[in-house]
Amino acid sequence: MIPGSSQILLPVRMSTIIGSFALALFLDFLPWRDLRLVPDFVALVLAFWCVRQPRLVGLGVGWTLGLLTDAGNGVLLGQHALAYSLLAFLSVWMSRRILWFGPMLQSLHIALILLATQAAVLLVRLAAGDQFPGWPIVVGPLGGALLWPVVTWLLLLPQRRPEREQTI
Amino acid sequence: MDHTPPPFFKRGPAPLVRLFFFASLSLALLVIDARFRYVDGLRTWLALAAYPLQRAATWPIDLALSVGGYFSTQTNLIEENERLRAQALANVQDAQRYQALQAETAELRRMIGAAEKLPVQATLAEVLYLGRDPYAHKLFIDRGSVQDVRAGSPVSDDTGVIGQVTRVHPLLSEVTLLTNPDQAIPVQVVRNGLRAVAFGGGASGMLELRYMPANAEVQNGDRLVTSGIDGTYPAGLPVASVVRVERDAEHSFARVVCKPAAGIERGRYVLILTNEAARPPRPDETQAKERRGEKTRRAKTKEKAASDDSR
Repeated sequence: MIPGSSQILLPVRMSTIIGSFALALFLDFLPWRDLRLVPDFVALVLAFWCVRQPRLVGLGVGWTLGLLTDAGNGVLLGQHALAYSLLAFLSVWMSRRILWFGPMLQSLHIALILLATQAAVLLVRLAAGDQFPGWPIVVGPLGGALLWPVVTWLLLLPQRRPEREQTI
Repeated sequence: MDHTPPPFFKRGPAPLVRLFFFASLSLALLVIDARFRYVDGLRTWLALAAYPLQRAATWPIDLALSVGGYFSTQTNLIEENERLRAQALANVQDAQRYQALQAETAELRRMIGAAEKLPVQATLAEVLYLGRDPYAHKLFIDRGSVQDVRAGSPVSDDTGVIGQVTRVHPLLSEVTLLTNPDQAIPVQVVRNGLRAVAFGGGASGMLELRYMPANAEVQNGDRLVTSGIDGTYPAGLPVASVVRVERDAEHSFARVVCKPAAGIERGRYVLILTNEAARPPRPDETQAKERRGEKTRRAKTKEKAASDDSR
């Protein structure tokens, strides 16, 4: 039994996963003022599902989402696909380890994963001949990691049983 | 020790193998997209799939703006009305003078036999959002190939040039802003007609004139307009004003920093300018090659003749 998850969750519904990805893409496409400071919501939600449901959501889903992000943002086709594949791999690989920790230590793991993802994008862009956009670029992933407990709580809501049912 | 899972735990290829597969797929795509332009069709379809979400994402802002507009007070409206009326009056005077001047210019041009300048057509477009890419400075507008937008058209707002359409999707297009480090625009100093090329300054939001000799006659406050010699940007559009000139004896070039005239990251509406007709036709490539071949042949015969003469 995994500590920290004292209650048994309902099986996840496909509609929850698809809905959460759509919402994350929507949040990413909002007209933000400085994009370096905004966490990448798609990466965060992808990491969540890879950690929680590694058999349902994995590299294939990550790659497809990355391609969609690339096309939607009009950037080099494949940079986010590469980064999200890496993110999905790291999350699936560490999923059993991460779930043993409390929320704060989980956030630390996620911070590392998100930073690695950002580094992959950065390397691709530097290789393509772009300039380094400055150190604020690490703020986004760190902010994303801080949001991790909130995301966990929100996305597990549909899987929780009502209190009354539990006591029976 | 080597554990192989029993067949009923089969989960497909190992994660590392999958990572390798998807990473190589992405890298291949990257190279194809960066070097050749084979995947533009795929990109168009993906952009079309993401379009509803993008439209939905700009919807809350539109709603907030319209609600805010609904609650704007009457005094504000009256004030704005008066101001606009005064401005319209001033504009009418300008427009009349402009028409007179245009007629005069046309007359003069006819007299000296120069090609008549074709009027520039403008299409209004709304800014959807700024590109979510801190490396490139881009803007997305709600007009695409369906509305006959062409890649390469200059884009301006009410105060000056903001950039150029660089990629056209069916329902929206990407505008690369002047502040993009890869974007260049030919300009001219209004005060003395000095020509230069302005490059984007990246994250600083400024423009930079490169390759200006250290003694170039540029000073703070100089206004820069498009020179129009590239055939892409129509001449005379405001681009920027000079804010700093650094002359250093160590470098042979002066560093000139300019502030864009247009509200590059502020405005909501932009104009797409089209002056396709004004552009001279591109020389035919095969023709150019033939001519080059002819020239070398001619040179050879000349050489031959010369050697014959010397003999």
